[in-house]
Amino acid sequence: MRPAYSVIFLTTLIGAGQGLFIALYAAQAGAALGFFPPAAQRFFVVGASACVALASLGLLASFFHLGRPERAWRAAAMWRTSWLSREVIALPVFMAAVTAWGTAHDRGWGGSLALGAFALAACLALFVCTAMIYAGVKFLQEWASPWTLPNFVLIGSASGFMLAVPLAAALAPPLASPAAAGAAALTLAALAARIASLRRNERVRAKSTPQSAIGMRGRIEQKSQGFTGGSFNTREFFHGASPATLRAVRRSFLLLGFVVPLVLVLIGARADSFILVALAAAVQYAGLVAERWYFLAQASHPQNLYYQCSS
Amino acid sequence: MTQLALVIDLNVCVGCHACVTSCKEWNTSGIAGPLADLMPYGSDPVGTFFNRVQTFEVGQFPDTQTVHFPKSCLHCEDPPCVPVCPTGASYKRAEDGIVLVDYDKCIGCKYCAWACPYGARELDEKQKVMKKCTLCVDRIYDTELPESDRKPACVMACPTSARIFGDIHDPDSEASKAIRERDGYALMPEWKTRPANHYLPRRTTECDPPTPSSSSPR
Repeated sequence: MRPAYSVIFLTTLIGAGQGLFIALYAAQAGAALGFFPPAAQRFFVVGASACVALASLGLLASFFHLGRPERAWRAAAMWRTSWLSREVIALPVFMAAVTAWGTAHDRGWGGSLALGAFALAACLALFVCTAMIYAGVKFLQEWASPWTLPNFVLIGSASGFMLAVPLAAALAPPLASPAAAGAAALTLAALAARIASLRRNERVRAKSTPQSAIGMRGRIEQKSQGFTGGSFNTREFFHGASPATLRAVRRSFLLLGFVVPLVLVLIGARADSFILVALAAAVQYAGLVAERWYFLAQASHPQNLYYQCSS
Repeated sequence: MTQLALVIDLNVCVGCHACVTSCKEWNTSGIAGPLADLMPYGSDPVGTFFNRVQTFEVGQFPDTQTVHFPKSCLHCEDPPCVPVCPTGASYKRAEDGIVLVDYDKCIGCKYCAWACPYGARELDEKQKVMKKCTLCVDRIYDTELPESDRKPACVMACPTSARIFGDIHDPDSEASKAIRERDGYALMPEWKTRPANHYLPRRTTECDPPTPSSSSPR
């Protein structure tokens, strides 16, 4: 598939926003249970604003995916059958819930734990909706994988916790080191799950073949796709990158998305360096953009069997 | 319940593309139109088409055959493009089984195109909405036309009658009989989309060796 940057930024930005909220709520709930020292309200207020800002940027990016963005409101209609429609509902619900939770902290209202629990449910529902948009298309076999949902959850959570580290370093220093531990653990788990999904996708055998595509047996070689120029079919479903580029992107995202930020956040937290932990979050985000590009590109669409040759 | 469909006879398709141009002509001027062409005289022209004819070489030399293979939306009985549509713009009509797009509701998100294993859907570059074969829904019910013309434009244009149009749920229709008697098959059955359109496989034609009388000019 041709990776769309609108989709890459939508999914990575809202994933980071969701992960950041999970980190913030874990800090609040952990403090309520006595695991962590309570943080200043400012930490939660600024954090909630950052979550909503990330989700808003993601939402903005999604509009660039649409041919007719002025009709985007219609996309909430088919929530009974469409994961995309469900995502369109879950995202604003999550944003509204986090806004309410942040406001509760800002105004010192009671019930912020309960509001946060609702926002957490919306956050998890949003992860499921986003992942199922891909995992639900059964003949895109690289996406229709049991690893797609864990990958979206773990990668989003890891990048959010990674953002929570500099935030804590600035506004709630006692929480910086538990946040760094969480970010490191989640990044490690996300790396393991991503490697598992790469392994699984290397073994995937395409169910559709040139033989099933045209219903004939034996050797099949396309001689003409019916037109000499391009078409939607030749643009939308081919990433056009060379195998060497794909390998380079894969190496880059494994390093920049996981290994480098893991090292940076551990060193940065130990050295109490705001610069290093902020750098860890920035490097990881760049790496995860590459990760999402690779995820989208790697899917091989069966329609490509009809476009093996132009002339 | 009616399920309108095309049955395409691969024995007689000669790959002339008359169905492609006829489809484009009818539909660019009809309810689905315009089917935009960008840079039609440039070096890399692109355009929206509902129907394409592709050519494949099948078999090992010297036993190879050239197969001309027309493909348009297959109007699946279980269409994967319909449930994924977030707006309900993509729908399957209960009365005749035609899968259609409501161009006034489509937001151009392309998810239906991802969800169609056959690549039957194309985003129109001018209107920015998803388009695909309508089985000439604005033609086949038009009582202004003589009854013999109430067929999709591709069927009307085919010079070898390789395209049979009819209700595949009516066991007595020409389309159903062709599927039944000539082993009509569906594309990519592995995805269980149950395409309504079927293809009639190639048959080997046995020729009697020429005799002096039959080889003489008539």
